[in-house]
Amino acid sequence: MQVAKKPNTLPDGHPDFSVQPSVVLKQPTLHDITEVISRPIETKATLKWYIAFAFSVALLMVELVGWGISFYYGTGMWGNNVPVAWAFPIVNFVFWIGIGHAGTLISAILFLFRQKWRNGIARFAEAMTIFAVMCAGLFPLFHTGRPFLPLYLMPYPNKHAVWVNFLSPLVWDVFAVSTYFTVSLFFWYTGLIPDFATLRDRTLGKDMVSKIRKTIYSVLSLGWRFSNRHWRHYERVYLILAGLSTPLVLSVHTIVSFDFAVSGLPGWHTTIFPPYFVAGAIFSGFAMVVTMLVFIRYIFDMQHLIPIDTLEKMNKIILLTGTLVGYAYGMEFFIAWYSGNLIEQFTFINRAFGPYAFAYWVMISCNVISPQMFWFRKLRRSVPIMFVISIFVNIGMWFERYVITVTSLARDFLPSSWGWYNPTLVDFMLLLGSFGMFFTLTLLFVKFMPVVSIAEVKSVMDGAQVHHHHEEDPVDTEATIIGGQPA
Amino acid sequence: MSAQEQKLYALTGLFEKPEEILHAADTARKRYRKFDAHTPYPLHGLDDAMGLGESGMGWLTLIIGTTCMLLMLSFIAWVSLVDYPNVWAGKPYFSLPGYIPILFEVLVLTGAVGTVLILFLIVSGFPRNNHPLHDTAYMQRTSDDMFGLCIEAADERFEEVSAREMLENLGAKTIIPVYYDVKEARSGLSLANPLFLGFAVVVAITVSGAGYFGLNRMVFMPPFNWMSVQPRAVAQETKMVFKDQRSMQQPVDYTIPRGYLPETFGKDQADEMGKYLVNPLPQSQEIFELGKEKYESRCSVCHGYYAQGDGRLPADVGLNGLSLHSPKVAEQWTDGRIYHVMTYGQNLMPGYAKQLTRDERWAVIHYIRALQRSLNPKESDMQ
Repeated sequence: MQVAKKPNTLPDGHPDFSVQPSVVLKQPTLHDITEVISRPIETKATLKWYIAFAFSVALLMVELVGWGISFYYGTGMWGNNVPVAWAFPIVNFVFWIGIGHAGTLISAILFLFRQKWRNGIARFAEAMTIFAVMCAGLFPLFHTGRPFLPLYLMPYPNKHAVWVNFLSPLVWDVFAVSTYFTVSLFFWYTGLIPDFATLRDRTLGKDMVSKIRKTIYSVLSLGWRFSNRHWRHYERVYLILAGLSTPLVLSVHTIVSFDFAVSGLPGWHTTIFPPYFVAGAIFSGFAMVVTMLVFIRYIFDMQHLIPIDTLEKMNKIILLTGTLVGYAYGMEFFIAWYSGNLIEQFTFINRAFGPYAFAYWVMISCNVISPQMFWFRKLRRSVPIMFVISIFVNIGMWFERYVITVTSLARDFLPSSWGWYNPTLVDFMLLLGSFGMFFTLTLLFVKFMPVVSIAEVKSVMDGAQVHHHHEEDPVDTEATIIGGQPA
Repeated sequence: MSAQEQKLYALTGLFEKPEEILHAADTARKRYRKFDAHTPYPLHGLDDAMGLGESGMGWLTLIIGTTCMLLMLSFIAWVSLVDYPNVWAGKPYFSLPGYIPILFEVLVLTGAVGTVLILFLIVSGFPRNNHPLHDTAYMQRTSDDMFGLCIEAADERFEEVSAREMLENLGAKTIIPVYYDVKEARSGLSLANPLFLGFAVVVAITVSGAGYFGLNRMVFMPPFNWMSVQPRAVAQETKMVFKDQRSMQQPVDYTIPRGYLPETFGKDQADEMGKYLVNPLPQSQEIFELGKEKYESRCSVCHGYYAQGDGRLPADVGLNGLSLHSPKVAEQWTDGRIYHVMTYGQNLMPGYAKQLTRDERWAVIHYIRALQRSLNPKESDMQ
């Protein structure tokens, strides 16, 4: 495949595209940025990528077999049954939705706060959001037992003359998750359009593969022309999307927590759930982003694109949200005692010291204790340490949802209706396999799409903007993504 | 391509520095109306230099979002007040706080999607891949690392020589004339294009066929119909599940239903019942009222309201009960003996164990005793 070798027909002697990118330059040119970000897409994948991809696809196959079994034989293949009717499917759903939230937080909330370090990871985090919501959405769809009738979830005129119950948190969930997925997709795609146009203009080969690629990029870029008459609306729309996504991400996990909090079950019926779920979602999502970034950095040798400073800032957020989650755990216990409600008190003592105590203590040690290591700068900046801790956090946050869902359902008001929950093999296949789906989609994304927003990075480069109107607000050169070092 | 088919679209100049393009745009604005700047990233200050105002997209989002939200609210109101009114969780028919999550999501969804679609489809005129600037060296550089100024030939003050001179004076590194093919420019999207029509027909057939198949055929095939044909145990069915051919297991021996106690004496033990059972209930106001209610609903049909054997059934039916004021019942029989008759029946009278609970039967006995005494009072009652 011949891509963008010598497209330059200009007689001005400007450095042509075949020159190796000089990413170690303290002052990279605009062309260097285009080059660095586009090169992984235009060159062959490395052996490391193929190994990782093979592993992910193997896991994805496990999931597909699991979904096939669940589809053909029904949800009876899962371990959940009365009284624990919500088990792995809901735990996995909340887990994956939570992971998705970090993407929106990075791309939207940090955008509104003008955190320039976000530009290096925003695109990747947005993609993670979309893939995580895709992983999440399958679980409730199959948990309905009739995954081929998703239309019934929507209010539509039907001959049963029945409408959905607009007061039900499950209906709110349908609206929230579908809105979240759609808006995240539009946000992501809006950001991708100029980059697809850059790739389109770089793909100049005359062979078949290049022509196919060029056609695909042309279609995807919709014919973007970098016109300033478009840019001015585009920028405003991007800001609006960020402004809309910020309350959206808070509302989505609030509504997910309403699935629990609006019911009357001890351990679920608490007002702390919405903020506690949102903090937990950001916590687990950032941990997942760190895990994936460390991984992707290694596979694609992108240390220069995702500097250690960015990861350190993310670790600080993990520390903050982890401590918030720890506060919520303590406050739940306090309120159980302070409420004077015997059943509530029993529920929490049962969580910590009952038959599911192992899950509770896994949750506490992974979520509350392990992130405390990030108080130390050395540990915050150590790639192996942050990789291990971020995986611990992922495990802990999965167990948090497990503890909330299973312990409350297994032992509620009447001892005569208590029960026990055992997951089946299919449950574990689906849990592991959903990681396969997530990794596969992420690896495909990283290989075939610009993993860092080209236009956005260029716009925050040193000297990219003219500042004689705003002398008091100089661009923070340290925050630009290339090199992450002072220019 | 021969030169005859080509027309000049625009004269373009490439600049290296953002300051230069700002200055160039500012200059071009004063001479031309149909011009544009192309930059690899959104350059701040260029809007002012080109004389473009604030983008009004924010108002669009607000209008679309709130309109759709209000439409959704009126839809929900119609459903919950008119078409399908239901009391859910004890809330009023129209319960606004419960609709806020949905209304918010609708606001965000329609606001975001509507704005993006309008931005790309209407404001920017996309998808359009046949613009003259596409696939030019100019576009390749502006999408990468240079800043371009494009002066369109359609502008009424455009002259190639003076425009080139202006770009040179502004310091353009390269000046590229962009031509376009007249035929190609006309080959836009056309609704009458047979390719497009064929595609639309294929899509329509596929979607409607899949919808018909999915909703009218597929759901009646295995495994989709397994909800209606799933194996289940039916009581009294003798084919499956257990060794003894039953589908429901028999309860273990000596199992009794909740709240049920077997009678101490059997049907043939009338004398023992009369001898050993005493009325366990106190003679209180409530018990007498319960006994009266039950007597009048169950017993008075045959025995009469005052237990005189004058029930309301016609005499020729032959079911008139005996008077309960006979010396046998009133004096010789104990409460336990009457209880035996009420439980197991006697002669034509069936047992009432199914209709009356133990306590109700004992309460009825209290009431019968009171009736007997009312017709045959003792001396002490006559005060």
